[in-house]
Amino acid sequence: MMKLEAIIQNSKLEAVKAALQEIGVEGMTVLEVRGHGRQKGHTEVYRGREYSVDLIPKTKIEMVLPDALVEKAEQAILSAARTGKIGDGKIFRTRIEEAIRIRNEERGEGAL
Amino acid sequence: MSIAKNLIAWLVTGVVILGLAQAVCAQSTAISPSPATDINSRLAKVEQQAADAKSSADNAWMLTSTALVLLMTGPGLALFYGGLVRKKNVLGTVMQSFALMAVITVLWGLFSYSLSFGSGNSFIGGFHNLFLKGVGASPDPDYAPTIPAQTFMVYQLMFAIITPGLIAGAFAERMKFSAMLVFTVLWSVIVYDPMAHMVWGKGGLLNAALGGRFPTLDFAGGTVVHITSGVSALVCALYLGKRVGYPKESMPPHSVVLSFIGACLLWVGWFGFNAGSALASGSLATSAFVATHFASAAAAIGWAAAEWIRNGKPSVLGGISGAVAGLVAITPASGFVKPMPALIIGLIAGVFCYYMVAKVKARFGYDDSLDAFGVHGAGGTLGAVLTGIFAVSAVNPIFKDAQGNVLASGLIEGNLRQLFNQLVGVAISWVIAIVGTLLILKLVDVTIGLRVSEEEEVEGLDLSQHGEEGYYWEASA
Repeated sequence: MMKLEAIIQNSKLEAVKAALQEIGVEGMTVLEVRGHGRQKGHTEVYRGREYSVDLIPKTKIEMVLPDALVEKAEQAILSAARTGKIGDGKIFRTRIEEAIRIRNEERGEGAL
Repeated sequence: MSIAKNLIAWLVTGVVILGLAQAVCAQSTAISPSPATDINSRLAKVEQQAADAKSSADNAWMLTSTALVLLMTGPGLALFYGGLVRKKNVLGTVMQSFALMAVITVLWGLFSYSLSFGSGNSFIGGFHNLFLKGVGASPDPDYAPTIPAQTFMVYQLMFAIITPGLIAGAFAERMKFSAMLVFTVLWSVIVYDPMAHMVWGKGGLLNAALGGRFPTLDFAGGTVVHITSGVSALVCALYLGKRVGYPKESMPPHSVVLSFIGACLLWVGWFGFNAGSALASGSLATSAFVATHFASAAAAIGWAAAEWIRNGKPSVLGGISGAVAGLVAITPASGFVKPMPALIIGLIAGVFCYYMVAKVKARFGYDDSLDAFGVHGAGGTLGAVLTGIFAVSAVNPIFKDAQGNVLASGLIEGNLRQLFNQLVGVAISWVIAIVGTLLILKLVDVTIGLRVSEEEEVEGLDLSQHGEEGYYWEASA
């Protein structure tokens, strides 16, 4: 099992969700987050005063997948979330040791 | 059984009384004079009915205006300011406006109306109308001959409420609630009441309609409301000092949406403020209404355009700030100028106040947090001066000679003297505001203290002053 964490543009959430559902991803957790990578935010002007906003709102999708689905899911995210401009986001992959369904204590990939 | 008996007894009594009443009525009809007897009494009756009809019409507009002006404070000003502060101070800020709706109302009834509008000397009214004595259904012919004095009283109350509310923009996010209450109560009595009396009260030094020594044209409160509050705001900002972290920390408005709603409510409420200041529902009210609207529109364009040129983008906050600046500037002029000069006044105000807020404030470094001085002090002063230039007697024949001939109003009609009088009015407002505010600040400072502690300021006014939060995200569903 692998966990994928994808940080994407807010506007790309619907497209990424659709692409993941198409390849058979059944569950995900979506979070509204703020942050920055190399892209260093933007400035806003209120009554002549400039404010630099360096933490930009992004969307983070977390999902734990069976190994067989991981590559396909990464491809789906990459093609659905890309605009080609700075700020498109990143994907992180980590190995997951165990998954347990709380309702019936089913374990492993069957619990996903 | 006894209950039923009682009921029957009461019913019988009722029927007897009704019958008697009918008999009396029939008798009185019989002894009324024949219709042909007295043409004069009929004429008097018609005249009375015409006067009643006019009074009803005027009163309807004035009660509407009164409600509109209250709407300017809550929710108008409260949301306008509330959106501009940080999230942790939103309740503390709206409460500053709301508290005045309650506190000033009580003061006004007890003695402030008397101090402002009762007869007195050139500077302040007397105690004739304490506890609203003599302020009832019959009009006060000196002020508004067609509406009940009580309507005039409650209309003026709404002005007394919003004026100290405007100052809050300067001490936002750092003043103790208790200190704010004491400050505004004292300010209302020491600065507002005398100023209102001088400009609008019987025998007031600056009163243009009731024979003041230096007749200043101030239709709806450019000096009384905006200069006094705006200049006092600057004094507050300087005396209190900057907010913790200003200007290093970024303190952008937490919700321009709230400010947008507030500013639009202010725009609408201002029709009551300016057009209502005609104190009747005739053509002067229309003229003031139109001038108000035109100035606001032009000022919104002026401020937004200035931003567009300087920053490359016109902002929503810029647009609404401009609209408010235009409303401030047209306030003294609204009942004296035609629509095209109103456009000019608005446009100048929009650009000028943008410059005051974006450039002058940054240059001098005072923390007028929500720009009460930059908009109300600067815009009010500009408006008072421009009124002396653009006022025309065709709109409002306020100056007349002994024979009743209409005299020139503003500079464009050749009355250079009026510009001088406007400057006197401006100077007196500035001086009263500065001296009065300094005195009160000092007094409150040494007695209960003005500012919240640094920890409380960092925590925010909502929690530290009121024990609640504007946005309670953790609330269960």
